[in-house]
Amino acid sequence: MDAHSQEVDRLRSVFRTGVTIPEEFRRTQLTNLISMIKENEEHILNALHEDLAKPKFEAILSEVDMVINELYYALDNLGGWMKLEYVAKNLATKVDDCFIRREPLGVVLIIGAWNYPLQLLILPMVGAIAAGNCVVLKPSEVSAATGRLVAQLIPKYLSQDCYTVVSGGAEETKALLQNRFDHIFYTGSQNVARSILQAAAVHLTPVTLELGGKSPCFIYGEVNIKAAACRLAWAKFFNAGQSCVAPDYVLCTESIRDALLSALREVLEDFYGKEPQDSPDMSRIVSQRHWTRLVDLLRNSNGKVVLGGESNEEDKYIAPTVLVDVAEDDALMKEEIFGPILPIITVESLQQGIDIINSQEKPLALYVFSDDSSVVKTVLEKTSSGGFCSNDGIVYMTLPGLPFGGVGASGYGSSHGRWGFEDFSHRRACMLRGWALERLNGLRYPPYRENKLSWLRWTASPKSCSLM
Amino acid sequence: MSQHQLVVQRARRSFQTGKTKPLEFRIHQLKNLLRFISERRRDIADAVKRDLGKSEHGTELFETLVLEGEINLAIEKLAEWAAPRPVEKNLLILTDEVYVQPEPLGVVLIIGAWNYPWAVTLQPLVGVIAAGNAGIIKPSEVSSHSAKVMEELLPLYLDKDLYPVVTGGVSETQELLKLRFDHIFYTGSSAVGKLVMEAAARHLTPVTLELGGKSPCYIDKNCDITVACRRITWGKFVNCGQTCIAPDYILCESSIQSQVVDEIKKSIKEFYTDNPKNVEDYGRIINQRHYKRVIALMEGSTVAVGGDSDESQCYIAPTVLKDVTSESKVMKEEIFGPLLPIITVSGVDEAIQFINEREKPLVVYVFSHDNKLIKRVIAETSSGALLANDCLVHFTVSALPFGGVGNSGMGSYHGQHSFDQLSHMRSCLIKQLKLEGVNSMRYPPHTARKLGWARFLLLKQVNLRRLRRMALLAMFAGLAAFVAQRFLRRR
Repeated sequence: MDAHSQEVDRLRSVFRTGVTIPEEFRRTQLTNLISMIKENEEHILNALHEDLAKPKFEAILSEVDMVINELYYALDNLGGWMKLEYVAKNLATKVDDCFIRREPLGVVLIIGAWNYPLQLLILPMVGAIAAGNCVVLKPSEVSAATGRLVAQLIPKYLSQDCYTVVSGGAEETKALLQNRFDHIFYTGSQNVARSILQAAAVHLTPVTLELGGKSPCFIYGEVNIKAAACRLAWAKFFNAGQSCVAPDYVLCTESIRDALLSALREVLEDFYGKEPQDSPDMSRIVSQRHWTRLVDLLRNSNGKVVLGGESNEEDKYIAPTVLVDVAEDDALMKEEIFGPILPIITVESLQQGIDIINSQEKPLALYVFSDDSSVVKTVLEKTSSGGFCSNDGIVYMTLPGLPFGGVGASGYGSSHGRWGFEDFSHRRACMLRGWALERLNGLRYPPYRENKLSWLRWTASPKSCSLM
Repeated sequence: MSQHQLVVQRARRSFQTGKTKPLEFRIHQLKNLLRFISERRRDIADAVKRDLGKSEHGTELFETLVLEGEINLAIEKLAEWAAPRPVEKNLLILTDEVYVQPEPLGVVLIIGAWNYPWAVTLQPLVGVIAAGNAGIIKPSEVSSHSAKVMEELLPLYLDKDLYPVVTGGVSETQELLKLRFDHIFYTGSSAVGKLVMEAAARHLTPVTLELGGKSPCYIDKNCDITVACRRITWGKFVNCGQTCIAPDYILCESSIQSQVVDEIKKSIKEFYTDNPKNVEDYGRIINQRHYKRVIALMEGSTVAVGGDSDESQCYIAPTVLKDVTSESKVMKEEIFGPLLPIITVSGVDEAIQFINEREKPLVVYVFSHDNKLIKRVIAETSSGALLANDCLVHFTVSALPFGGVGNSGMGSYHGQHSFDQLSHMRSCLIKQLKLEGVNSMRYPPHTARKLGWARFLLLKQVNLRRLRRMALLAMFAGLAAFVAQRFLRRR
């Protein structure tokens, strides 16, 4: 038995004692997590900067604050989420207690990603703790500094019996996955997701997959191009484009493209000055490997670079870059970009844009910029995606009331707020029958008779309730 | 391209035309499904009789009644289920539209089971249709007569392209599973469930697995044993024990074991006479293979009631086994047959321990007058569902999610749960390109001042309920002050 198996077994024995079940316990852990983040904000920001050169502003908004918000939201709502849900009955079951009870699953595994190393690990953990589970955290080894910090801090603030951090790379993860978990929450790529699912299938472990894809950004019709350019640029170049919900590519008509380009030129200069490499607000690519991947993409593209294009290997820097005349089968359209490179594909009609979107896998996010609500509505109705946002980027995922998740190749299951709580819970159907009315039960016992059947049909129907 | 590939491709193309989106279309298909069940009642009952020896009334009770209820519910509630679901907002988004929009997933594969060949295959179909998907229906080849009838007759009622029936055995199913679906709904054994999930992994396809397990039934010695045993007898021997939620085995104290045996014996006689073999309402084991499997399970255990069998008819009498232990053969797998083992325990503590040593079952049954005891069993065990003081009937409450946990499955369905399970809940935020000034807080170049504002506006959750309550309170205070003032003035 290796070290991981021992850890998982240990957590499972602890879970079985029922210590994570009481609301008080969960609240304490969630409150401690808030302290952990607040008391170590500086360390967290430094680690994020070490991993991604993440500007303090971005780190606070997209990592620290997002997690704290989620924690406050969970604390505010936990009582309600944990309550028994009484449900509608039919006449035959009118005097019975029918309710749904949310129960923890057991020991869950959360595998984080490197682009938002704190958020993508701790935010799902909030849902897992709120639901009463024990948790094994596996931070991404690519964002090593944050991973080390998390491994250090979690045992200091949370119950060491119930929560543990496992560090390591692909090999360790593979070994970890040999163990039986009661749920696996994975954020990352499709390829790795496949192997995780295969490992999960062995134990019939349910999985939540937060994957990626190419999130299209369709700009069409009447549109306030300056505002659109600001929001698009913000969403695209935040974290140097390394966001699963970053607008991956733009679709627009030629006329909009021209207006967009000049607006973008202005906006980019407003944001990052004349030399984005000198701006403290521009992030870097996480690793040499990804930097090379992106530079190769640019090189292999047949599009024309109209903005940016500069890069620096030592600094893992790539300038905010925009390309036009990108064809549908361009290198940039073959994989999720995950970098500060924005291809613009020109279309001639709304339908053409929709067709291009639908020819790709279902993305995590879909964006439409238009002042024309019928354009927004049409695109919404004729496409499918994890989430949809008109006239802005990324921000929809900051709303804990909205489920955050993908569909098709972009994943399944969801997290944030109540959705995370539910994903990490088992909804147990409970029915407590009375002992009386045994004669009524007689309708269903053999020997079966036609008249008994008619009575049964009536009492079992939902309509019979409305009579009462 | 294989036959299966063509069928799936046709379904996908048809789905992509968007014809399943309008609710009228879905309701029309559901109404046709209802018509199918009522017009083809005879064909369905005949098929089930040949597959499982079930009487026509038995089929009505356990297959078609349930289906009709689900279809009617879906027709009635579809508009409500499919409507956008509103969501709470934060300060910055107060003027925007935020909601969750249920959307179809695409092409769903339904793999049915043989024990309730119609209910278990068509009930998921109700959800598939209601949620606006296309559905490939693969009934179990083991209940071959039902599969044949489904293949022949269903296309006469439902859209042939969108809801084709595909028949075949293990190798055909394996071929089918190589193809890409947007969801797979499987009912069957845990062993095959793993294979389905593995196949689905290749295409990152989400799955709903309705599996099985050994559903324990604890009888508290202080309860009304007569009533308890009558209900348990009914739950166990319906469909000859071939029900995923049948009480698999009994746990009780040794002091009541003989009473339990007697009462079950009495109920068996009441339901099925002294000679269940000749009674129309008592079924048969589905086939030779399962017959042999169930007979073999009796090995090494003491028969207290029944025990007789007839291989030529795949008949096994309603049988009770007593003094069974955890080592007995009958405790090694889900019985799925008319054998009811009784295991004696020292009380509810040992019963709970016994249950927890095993895989999480589909249902935990507990018979007791003591609500505290029932609550303990709920709190200290885990299962798909828990039913106190009866068997099976939780299945009929469509508002309760029907599904397993752990080895007994993942996902759930029935009623709205079917609809939700087979939909994608798409988050939608509809903003305008106005109020750009507020947005500028978040843009670079970043300053400390901007950060302060952004932290406040962009992310702090506004508890609208609390705000509303405060506003309401303020309003009442104002009103109270106003009324008091006028009242005072009048004096």
